Amino acid sequence: MLVEVLADAATPGDLVAARTQMAFSLGWHIIIACFGVGMPGLVVFMEWRALRTGDAAFEVLARTWARAMGVLFAVGAVSGTILSFEMGLLWPGLMGSYGEVIGLPFTLEGFAFFIEAIFVGIYLYAWDRLPPRTHLLTGLPIVVAGVASAFFVVTANAWMNQPRGFDLVDGEVTDVRPWEAMFNPATPPQTVHMIVAAFMVAGFGIAAVYAVGMLRGRRDRHHRLGFLVPFTVAAVLAPVQVVVGDWAAHFLADYQPLKLAAIEGLAETTAGAPLSLGGVYIDGELRYALEIPNALSLLAHWDPDAVVLGLNEAPAHLRPPVNVVHLSFQLMVAIGFGLVALGGWLAVAWLRRRDLPRARLFLWAAALAGPAAVLAMEAGWVVTEVGRQPWIVYGHMLTRDAVNPQPGLLVGLGIVLAVYAVLTVATVYVLRLLARRGPVRAPQEESHER
Amino acid sequence: MSADILLAVLWIGLTLYALFGGADFGGGLWDLLAGGSERGRPQRELIEHSIGPVWEANHVWLIFVITLFWTAFPAAFAPFAATLYIPLTLAALGIIARGAAFAFRKVSDRLWQRRLFGAAFAFSSVVTPFFLGATLGAVASGRVPVGIDAGDIWTSWWNPTSVTTGLIAVGACAYLAAVYLTADARRAGSTALAEAFRLRALITGLALGALTLAGFPVLRADAPALFDGLVGTALPLVITSVAAGVLSLGLLVARRYLLVRLTAAIAVTAVLWAWGVAQYPVMLPGLTVDGAAASPSVLTPVLWVLGIGSVLLVPSLVYLYSVFQRSPQR
Ligand code: HDD
Ligand code: HEM
Ligand code: HEM
Repeated sequence: MLVEVLADAATPGDLVAARTQMAFSLGWHIIIACFGVGMPGLVVFMEWRALRTGDAAFEVLARTWARAMGVLFAVGAVSGTILSFEMGLLWPGLMGSYGEVIGLPFTLEGFAFFIEAIFVGIYLYAWDRLPPRTHLLTGLPIVVAGVASAFFVVTANAWMNQPRGFDLVDGEVTDVRPWEAMFNPATPPQTVHMIVAAFMVAGFGIAAVYAVGMLRGRRDRHHRLGFLVPFTVAAVLAPVQVVVGDWAAHFLADYQPLKLAAIEGLAETTAGAPLSLGGVYIDGELRYALEIPNALSLLAHWDPDAVVLGLNEAPAHLRPPVNVVHLSFQLMVAIGFGLVALGGWLAVAWLRRRDLPRARLFLWAAALAGPAAVLAMEAGWVVTEVGRQPWIVYGHMLTRDAVNPQPGLLVGLGIVLAVYAVLTVATVYVLRLLARRGPVRAPQEESHER
Repeated sequence: MSADILLAVLWIGLTLYALFGGADFGGGLWDLLAGGSERGRPQRELIEHSIGPVWEANHVWLIFVITLFWTAFPAAFAPFAATLYIPLTLAALGIIARGAAFAFRKVSDRLWQRRLFGAAFAFSSVVTPFFLGATLGAVASGRVPVGIDAGDIWTSWWNPTSVTTGLIAVGACAYLAAVYLTADARRAGSTALAEAFRLRALITGLALGALTLAGFPVLRADAPALFDGLVGTALPLVITSVAAGVLSLGLLVARRYLLVRLTAAIAVTAVLWAWGVAQYPVMLPGLTVDGAAASPSVLTPVLWVLGIGSVLLVPSLVYLYSVFQRSPQR
C-alpha cells in the first residue's frame, strides 16, 4: 500500500500536501520562535532588576522563566531545523533557481543561531558558575541574536513577496545582487511587524499563565509581578502594532494590490472604495459585509476618492483565494484592537488606583490574550502567505512549479503530522509540569532557610 | 576560485558537525546501551552533563551546512534534496525527536517520564546519523543525478555504499562520544566510569576500523570512481586516517585520554576529507563544483559574511567550551 502510493508520480495532491506540510511546520515553529525572540529580553530584564534591587522575587521569576526558556529553545531549534530541510525537500524548484538569491540572509541567520545557541547554553547552565554581573551580560547576546534571526528570516520571506536583485535572461537567473534581494521594499514593514508581534506573543503569553494563577486565587507578589511585567511590555506594543500594521497595508496598496484586494474582498477596481467588515466572498462578490464608504481609499492612499485596484486586474487563475485571506485579516485586526483595549483597561485602573482592575473579567480577558496574540500572528501569516498565491515568488514562479516532482509527498505529510502531534502533546505536557512545579528558588532564598 | 573556498568552508562545517554534533549523537547511543535505570544512572548523568550545555550550539553546524549548501551550490542542492527526501525527512524527524526528548527528560522527575523521553532520545540518536550518512553515500556513489525528478527515491540511498556510509556514521558517532566521555568521566572524578567508557572506546574503535576497511571492497564494486580516487589522489589522507586510528587505540590503552581526543578526531576528519578529495571536482554526475556554484556576485558577499561572522563566532565558541571544561565551582 505504502509502496503503491509512493510509486505514483507527483500529483496535484502532492502539491497540496507540500503546502500543508510547509504551512503546518512553519506555523508551529513560529509560535516557539516568538518566545525565542521575546522571552530572553524579559528574563534578562528580571535578572537585572534582581541585581539592582537585591529583591529575590525578581530572581525567582528570572530563574523560573529561564527553565521554561530552556525547553522552548530546544523545541524551537529542532522545529526550525526541519524547516531548513523542507525548503529543499518540498521546494527544490525554488531553491534550485533562486537559492543563491535568498541564500545571504540564511547565511547571516546561521551566525545569529550560533550566537543564540552558544549563549543560551552558557546562560542556562552556568548561572551559578559565573559572577552575577557576568552572567547577566551573557544574556544580552541572546536578546540581540533572537531579534536578528527573526529579521534575517523574514527578509527572505519579504523577498518572496517582492523579488528583487536578479535578472532573468531566457528564464535563467543572472546578475544576482543579494543585498538588493535582502533589502527589498517588503522588508521594512514585514520585519518590524513580525518582531513586534513576537514580543507581543511572548509578553501576553507569559502574562496569561499568571493571570490563570491569579484567577485560581494565587494573588501573591510573585504572581502579580509575573503578570505585570510581561503584560505591560506587550500592552505598550499593542498600539504600536496597529500603526505598523497600517504601514504594512499601505505597502500592499502600492506593491501588492492583489493581496490587498483579497484582504478586502474587492472584486472590481473602484474609485472611492469602501472598507468592508465581515462578509463572505461568493461568485465574485463580497456579500453580507458591513461597508464603510470611501474608507478603504482613505486608508490605503490618504484620499477618499483614490482608485483602489480590484481582483479583476489579474486573470482568474492568478488571483489569490479570497475568503481565507479576508477572514484571517479581519481576525488579526479585531484581535489587534482588542489587545489595545485590554492594555487601556489596565492603564486606566493603574492611573486611578495603582492596582490591577478589580473585575475578574479583566483576568479572564488577560488569560485569553495570550492565545489571542498567537492567533493574530498566525492569521497575519496566512494573509501574507495565502495572499501571495498562486505565486511562490511573486510574479516570477508559481508554487506548483517549485514543488518536488518526486512521488509520495502525501505519505511524508502524514508522517510529519503524526510526529508533530506527539511533539505538541509532549511540549504542552512538559510546560504544564514546569508550571505546576512552581517557581524556582533563588539561591539566596535557600540559604535563608538553612 | 571562490567556489573552491566555499566548498572548503562547507567541508569544514561538515567536519565540525561530525566531530561535535556527531559525538552528541553518540552520547545518545551510549545512553541507550547504559543498562537498567539504576545501573545505567551514573552513565546517563555523565552524558547529560556533558552534552547538555553544548548540543544546541553543536547542532547549528548542520543548519550552517545546509543553508550554505543551497546558497553556494544551488544546482547541486536542489537534486540532492529532491532525490533524497525520504532519508532527509527521516533524519529531520529524528533530530526533532532527539532534541525535544533530551530537553524534556532533563526537566522530568518521574521514572516513567524519564524512561519514555530517554528512549526517544536514545533511539533517534542512532537512527539520525544512519540516514544522514546514507545521503552522503548516495552522493559518493553518484546516485543523485542532476535534475530534480531524475533520481530514484529508493535506490539512491538504499544500496551497498549508502548502507556502509550510514553504518560508518553511526560507528564514528559512537566512537567519538566514547572517547570524549572517557576524559569527561575522569575530570568528574569517576575512575569506574572512565574505565567503562575506555573499554567502549576501544571496542567501537576496533569495530569502526574494521567497518571502514570492509567498506573498501564495497566501494570498489559499487562506486568504482570514488574508489579510484581514494587509492589515488586521496591516498595520503586514507593513510593518515588509518595511522591516527591505530595511534588512538594505543593512546587509549595507555590511558592518555586528552591526547586521544585529538587523534580520534583526526582519524574521523581524514575520512571525510579523503572522500572530498577523491570525488573533487565532481559534485553530482556531470556537474562539477564550478558548474554547480552560484554566481560570483553571491559568493563574494557570502565569503565576507563568513569572515566577519567567524570573528564573532570563534571567541564565543571558545568561551562556551572553556566555561564547561573548567571544573564546576560547586
Ligand atoms: C500579534 C500579532 C499581530 C497583530 C495584533 C496585528 N498583526 Fe498584522 N501581521 C502579523 C501579526 C499581527 C504577522 C504575523 O507578524 C504578519 C505576517 C507577516 C508579517 O510580516 O507580519 C502580519 C501581516 C500583516 C499584513 C500583510 C503584510 C504583507 O503581506 O506584506 C497586513 C496588511 C497587516 N498585518 C495589517 C495589520 C493591521 C492593520 C493590524 C491592526 C490591528 C495588525 N496587522 C495587527
Ligand atoms: C514563520 C511564519 C510563517 C508562517 C506561519 C507561514 C505560513 C505559511 C502558509 C500558511 C503557507 C501555505 C500557503 C498556502 O497553502 O496557500 C506557507 C507557504 C510557504 N511559506 Fe510561509 N509562513 C511563514 C513564514 C515563511 C518564511 C519566513 C518563509 C521563507 C523563508 C516562508 C516560505 C514559505 C514557502 C516556501 C511556502 C510554500 C509555498 C506556498 O504555498 O506559498 N514562509 N507559509
Ligand atoms: C518569521 C519566521 C521565523 C522567525 C521569526 C524565526 C525565528 C527563530 C528564532 C528566534 C529561533 C531561535 C530558537 C528559538 O527561539 O526557539 C529560530 C530557530 C530556528 N529557525 Fe526559525 N524563524 C522563522 C522561520 C524560519 C524558517 C522559514 C526557517 C527555515 C527555513 C527557520 C529555521 C530555523 C532553524 C534552523 C532554527 C534552529 C536554530 C538553532 O539551532 O538554534 N526559521 N527561529
